[in-house]
Amino acid sequence: MKMNSILSNGKAVGQNETKLRTEAVSLYYGSFQALRNISLEIPERAITAIIGPSGCGKSSFIRLFNRMNDLITGAKVEGQVELDGIPIYETTIDVVELRKRVGMVFQKPNPFPMSVFENVAFGPKRHGRNKIGELEEIIERSLHQAALWDEVKDKLGQSALSLSGGQQQRLCIARVLAVEPEVILMDEPCSALDPVATLKIEDLMRNLAQEYTIIIVTHNMQQAARVSDMSAFFMMEEDRAGVLVEYGPTSELFTNPKDKRTEDYITGRFG
Amino acid sequence: MKAGAISKRQLSQRTAFSLLIIATIIVIVPVLVIFLQIIINGANAISWEFLSQAPSQAGKAGGILPAIVGTFYLMLGTIVFALPLGVMAGIYLTEYAKENWFTRSINLAIINLAGVPSIVYGLFGLGVFVLLFHFGMSLLSASLTLACQALAMTVTTSREAILAVPREYREGSLAVGATRWQTIRHLVLPQALPGIITGAVLAMSRAAGETAPILVVGAAFLLPGLPQSPFDQFMALPYHLYTVAAHVPGMPKSTVWGVALVLLVVVLSFNVIATIIRLRARQRRLNA
Repeated sequence: MKMNSILSNGKAVGQNETKLRTEAVSLYYGSFQALRNISLEIPERAITAIIGPSGCGKSSFIRLFNRMNDLITGAKVEGQVELDGIPIYETTIDVVELRKRVGMVFQKPNPFPMSVFENVAFGPKRHGRNKIGELEEIIERSLHQAALWDEVKDKLGQSALSLSGGQQQRLCIARVLAVEPEVILMDEPCSALDPVATLKIEDLMRNLAQEYTIIIVTHNMQQAARVSDMSAFFMMEEDRAGVLVEYGPTSELFTNPKDKRTEDYITGRFG
Repeated sequence: MKAGAISKRQLSQRTAFSLLIIATIIVIVPVLVIFLQIIINGANAISWEFLSQAPSQAGKAGGILPAIVGTFYLMLGTIVFALPLGVMAGIYLTEYAKENWFTRSINLAIINLAGVPSIVYGLFGLGVFVLLFHFGMSLLSASLTLACQALAMTVTTSREAILAVPREYREGSLAVGATRWQTIRHLVLPQALPGIITGAVLAMSRAAGETAPILVVGAAFLLPGLPQSPFDQFMALPYHLYTVAAHVPGMPKSTVWGVALVLLVVVLSFNVIATIIRLRARQRRLNA
């Protein structure tokens, strides 16, 4: 099952259809501008890494795609964000439906304080899929997909908080998979995990990328290089607004950066 | 010279320590004395007859059953009105309301609600529930009056309990496409429940101890029987204590202490229940 990450990085994702697109997007929190004029196209069934120094708006950027920024008072979006060509900031868009299609995994594993089973069942149940039998099927499938089934199949009734950090994060991934999204946003999903758990999640991501569009925010250059097909490098400008410096296939961005700032960052000169 | 400097520091350290411990003792002593006095003097009055019979001879003989039952009805009536309203307002203020002048003034009002003297609630209840709504001097009017007073507490404790639920849970729920209400209903409320119940129980115990507000909206000096409907007048322990202590000449002292003891036990037992619920919830969080 394990894929050679060098090879997968080399796959021609440029031929994949565009799943998500931003055009001239700016994001404001009140009077503070967090993102400025960002345009990029994210290919489907591939992993796109968002890299850059702390505070450059990486998390804010991926939260555009499931409208998680809506929760913050004073947040305002300018420009166009599209999922499959449909603008998602139109007033006619059902945000709940959007979040079903665009799932999200957070920095700190956030399993709910309930059983493993109930954690994965949470999403499907909220969408009215609570027939006995059907639910069990969804949960087994999701846990298999998240490479967690073998570890938890005998303790589905136990509290999710009793799992290890890495297992908790894979449970959170299973929870997202259970509602059958098309896109999975991952906001530094490994930053709270040890190296072994991190590698497991990375393997998992490579497998999931065959079916899902994945965007991952990461601080970790090696991680971006290991797992992603495309990379976007963000930086802060002087007013602390995040801008997109360079975007392209990961293999190119890491071996042959076009922008001096990208080169400085990936060679560890700052950040 | 060096040794002297250290001992000077130690001296001030010891002085401060002694002062603090003395202050603590001064705080505790009156409480203990009051408790002991009530228990020692009141224990004699407590008997099955005292707890299970209606008063006779203006309370000099017989028991205090109507006052005990009246107080429990009051607590129940208070919480029936104050808890749902308080929880719903708490949910609205934490989960839905936007931060603006309107919510800020609501918050200010709630804080001030807690500071309004209780007799003012009584007069409000008299004006609104007794006279305007024609509920009369009754258990219903008194429950509604006490509920208004308890709202400050149920709203505040509900809001705090809801705020204490980590934001990560809400985000995780919204991120799988749950609606805001589903998130509240299936994730936030179950987590906040122990805190909400603790606040509710404390509000009940406070309602049990209130005298001034019920005075003007339906508490009776003496009733031979128990209230049969929400529109009946009622007896209550604190008001009964006030009347037997201040208004009945020749009242046996042990009866007065006995009423005080029963009231104290009712109020304290509810406080203990609240503490147990809180500790249990904390334990569960730690174990989980």
